[in-house]
Amino acid sequence: MKIGVLVNEGPFTHQASDSAYHFTKAAIEKGHDVMRVFFYYDGVNNANKLSEPQSDDRNLVKMWGELANEHNVDLVVCVAAALRRGIKDEILADGFRISGLGQLIELGMAADRMVVFGD
Amino acid sequence: MTDQAAVEFDTAGVKKKFMFVNSKAPYGTIYALEVLEMILISAAFEQHAVIAFVDDGVYQIKKGHNTKATGMKNFSPTYGVVEMEKEDADEDEDIDMVWRIVVEKESMEARGLTEDDFGVEVEVLDSAELAELMAEQEVVLAG
Repeated sequence: MKIGVLVNEGPFTHQASDSAYHFTKAAIEKGHDVMRVFFYYDGVNNANKLSEPQSDDRNLVKMWGELANEHNVDLVVCVAAALRRGIKDEILADGFRISGLGQLIELGMAADRMVVFGD
Repeated sequence: MTDQAAVEFDTAGVKKKFMFVNSKAPYGTIYALEVLEMILISAAFEQHAVIAFVDDGVYQIKKGHNTKATGMKNFSPTYGVVEMEKEDADEDEDIDMVWRIVVEKESMEARGLTEDDFGVEVEVLDSAELAELMAEQEVVLAG
């Protein structure tokens, strides 16, 4: 199945990004095509490479990037949401790219299912 | 914009049913504003869309927002633009896109509002009707 994933919350304050990460990983392992993971609202904070959790905790920013590189997952951060939150190319984590909201609408059009993680 | 290669999808001729669910008060959180940004962008893709207002979301289209004292951006006039997009689509035969602006009756009534309180023309559906409409959708985006 072709799946689109939307992440609407940042890392840590909410569990949404963790759940989205585990869902995406599991879907890929089951052979599904996760066409794109789109980050919106505070979800854009998942792409902040300056994020530095304590060493005994998970590092979601890094985990997303590794997943993207390993399985060629397209991680897209909404430019409008990102800019107002200070997420720019200078601090963009490995594996992510910044683009427009049109990429979310296109994802909805192209995917068989859109799975949304947020509150 | 970044080194990461852009991925393109072939969406030529795709027509889907989108629903945008506004459930949050207009100010206090950013969800209302950012749902509006999604709606505006989606117009360019000529998809069918239901723009729904439920719970405190019904306040988003209430007339007479004045945000001056809070310093927040008053986005409610932009719903006039959404209404214009809808009317253009309704009137122009070349635009194959149906947009509906709907308000959940129970949410409206629980807040002492009537249709006349809204700055845009809406369809009022009860929660059962809205649930049915939601079940028909292919992509549901909420905030």
